Amino acid sequence: MPPDLLSAAVLLGNYVLVPGLAYAAQLALGALGITLVFGILRFANLAHGDLMAFGAMATILATWQLQAWGVGLGPLPTALLALPFGMAAAIAAALAADRLVFRFYRRRRSAPIVLVMASLGVMFVLNGAVRFIIGPDDRQFTDGARFLVKAREFKQETGLAEGLSIKTTQCLTVVVAVVVVFLLFRFLQRTRTGKSMRAYSDNEDLALLSGINPERVVLIAWAIAAALAAIAGALYGLDKSFKPFTYFQLLLPMFAAAILGGIGQPVGAIVGAVIVAFSEVTVTYAWKKFLHYLLPGPWQPDGLAQLLSTDYKFAVSFAILVLVLLLRPSGIFRGRVL
Amino acid sequence: MTPAVRNGAALAAVGAALAAVGFGQSWPLAFAVLNLCLISALMSLAVNIQWGYAGLFNIGIMGFAALGGLAGVLVSRPPVPAAWAAGGGGLFIALLILMAAGGLALALARYMPRNRTRTAALAAVVLVGLFGARAFFDPAVDAIEAVEPAKTGYLGGLGLPILLSWFVGGLFAAAAAFVIGRIALGLRSDYFAIATLGISEIVIAVLKNEDWLTRGVKNVTGLGRPVPYEVDLQQDPLFIDMVAVLHSRSLEALTGAAHEDALREFAVQSSSLFVKLCYAGLFLAVLAVVFWLSERALHSPWGRMMRAIRDNETAAGALGKDVTRRHRQVFILGSAVVGVAGAMLTTLDGQFTPAGYQPLRFTFLIWVMVVVGGSGNNLGAVLGGFLVWFVWIEAEPAGLWTMQALTSGLPADSAFREHLLDSAAHVRPLVMGLILLLVMRFRPRGLVPARSGPTGGR
Repeated sequence: MPPDLLSAAVLLGNYVLVPGLAYAAQLALGALGITLVFGILRFANLAHGDLMAFGAMATILATWQLQAWGVGLGPLPTALLALPFGMAAAIAAALAADRLVFRFYRRRRSAPIVLVMASLGVMFVLNGAVRFIIGPDDRQFTDGARFLVKAREFKQETGLAEGLSIKTTQCLTVVVAVVVVFLLFRFLQRTRTGKSMRAYSDNEDLALLSGINPERVVLIAWAIAAALAAIAGALYGLDKSFKPFTYFQLLLPMFAAAILGGIGQPVGAIVGAVIVAFSEVTVTYAWKKFLHYLLPGPWQPDGLAQLLSTDYKFAVSFAILVLVLLLRPSGIFRGRVL
Repeated sequence: MTPAVRNGAALAAVGAALAAVGFGQSWPLAFAVLNLCLISALMSLAVNIQWGYAGLFNIGIMGFAALGGLAGVLVSRPPVPAAWAAGGGGLFIALLILMAAGGLALALARYMPRNRTRTAALAAVVLVGLFGARAFFDPAVDAIEAVEPAKTGYLGGLGLPILLSWFVGGLFAAAAAFVIGRIALGLRSDYFAIATLGISEIVIAVLKNEDWLTRGVKNVTGLGRPVPYEVDLQQDPLFIDMVAVLHSRSLEALTGAAHEDALREFAVQSSSLFVKLCYAGLFLAVLAVVFWLSERALHSPWGRMMRAIRDNETAAGALGKDVTRRHRQVFILGSAVVGVAGAMLTTLDGQFTPAGYQPLRFTFLIWVMVVVGGSGNNLGAVLGGFLVWFVWIEAEPAGLWTMQALTSGLPADSAFREHLLDSAAHVRPLVMGLILLLVMRFRPRGLVPARSGPTGGR
């Protein structure tokens, strides 16, 4: 049998490309927030995962309310309408945390590690708040059309052996992420505030000398990071399902992405997220069927041809993190070495 | 207040709290809380060694504690000969292949010139080694897990007394700390923190999924005990005599069957109390030894050097101290103590449940203990361990009680009331987070500040 290139490609698209892209988009939004806080406030914010959970929770609550009122978007999930509410809640939470916790240490010029510890406390509080308000269980809040492309229809129309299915939420995730990232970059490159943020991140003293108001920069950095966190959290919840504890486990891949790309480099965070997401998906994917399409009979593997079981996907982001720290601590885009 | 008075007052407060549980709820419960307090204090002491002496922010405590727990299984469970026969050889070959590939890769990395060919050769060796090892590993694991999966399905342990596992657990954790230390120390503290977070998640994932080693989420129950079993005590004439003597006053008035029944009742109560006391004695001994050693270390020239490094790494480095090496040393020591504490915890539970390791409980709670106690101070860390564990344990009934009091005005079938009562358990992380933030802000040096030099307010 000649290698069936087309089927192999569709298979890869269905199980690696599409889920990987959606995951990369979610990670990128989270990693962008982390890298912004890292760049402007100069500490690793451990509360970011739970900030995502908080934003997602607010989005879910608003979605339920909208659903109860019968408001919807047709084929698109109602959560899209509720998203601004989630973003507002996350921004409020982040600003409150900054005002009540982080500002104190910033003014005292405490060592960064003290701020990291304080973020641990904020994480605890947010985690408790989320679990108190919405409970620790799985929450489903998707509605609208489930699939954009259905596997069976795809098979019928193309006549291929392999089907391709794209969930609405996956497509939505990527589209929203692209739009948000585009807006963010325009903001950072074109507006006066964005430029002052980049200046502050690059060289704090010089920025202060040129009359940039540090409190304003910090405020906007928190607001953007929190808005991104809420979007990322809601999209992740839509795509998979919302469970408060999963967000804590996203911290590691997000930090790996931010450090891989270079701390304080927004482009780096996105590239890092894509690399981390696709490494995770490809390393934990069982390549057996793919190889069966490509290789002649005797070469075909008997096993699953899976490098690591999916339970070890943390190990992938951890390995990436370790390699970056060992080989190039400043990351791909030469970010700051904190 | 002088420090001595304050420390005495804090100790007395903890004692009074435990006594209140004893009188108010029950004495076995009070001692159960005390035992966990002792283990918490040991963990908090260990983290204090890392943070207070060296400023290392380790948020992977859970992983080291779990490694200690693993030692409990591997040391105390009897070996499963059928499983060894089925898959031991395959595992051994897989290990050999991995070691050979690893050695070859290291040799290549060292002796080949740095170019594309080396990268390709390295990748090839690693891939071939990985798949070669998997070819033997997978069938061996399947064979092992097929051996009576409901009862064993794993290799078992060495069948040695479980007390030995406290030592082995320390070794396991130290070995893991050595590897992480080589990679992540010497970088900025944030990176180190994230790396420890990662390794602990990986350790837990391994323990949950490698059924041939730990039975995974099927748990290992019935671990050995270093102290007698309650049932045996209740049959032991010596113990019964002892109980009779202790309770002679209340037994005097009774005769015949009533006397017998009362005696049996007392024996049951006392046996449970006696077992908990034995554990408390063992834990207290370990805690005392570690405490004494770390106090000695803190006041030795080594301790002065560590404090100097903590307070100003650059200056200490300029004076010829090898900062990274000292950090590694302290990281390994502290992690070993966490491993010991983890093994002790598994011993107390009598079972190993990988799914029970939650970062909230095993990493972040310990951090609250250290911060509350006052970092850099051993006595503070111990007191913090006691206090915070006590609050953590009692927060759940207290939270529920508060919620009931708050919602008593609402109608009984109100959904809102239902929700609040259901969620009361989740108030705990909230309370812990608030305690951490408040202590950091308003008492940055903790309840028991260190005598020499500022630490908590760093």
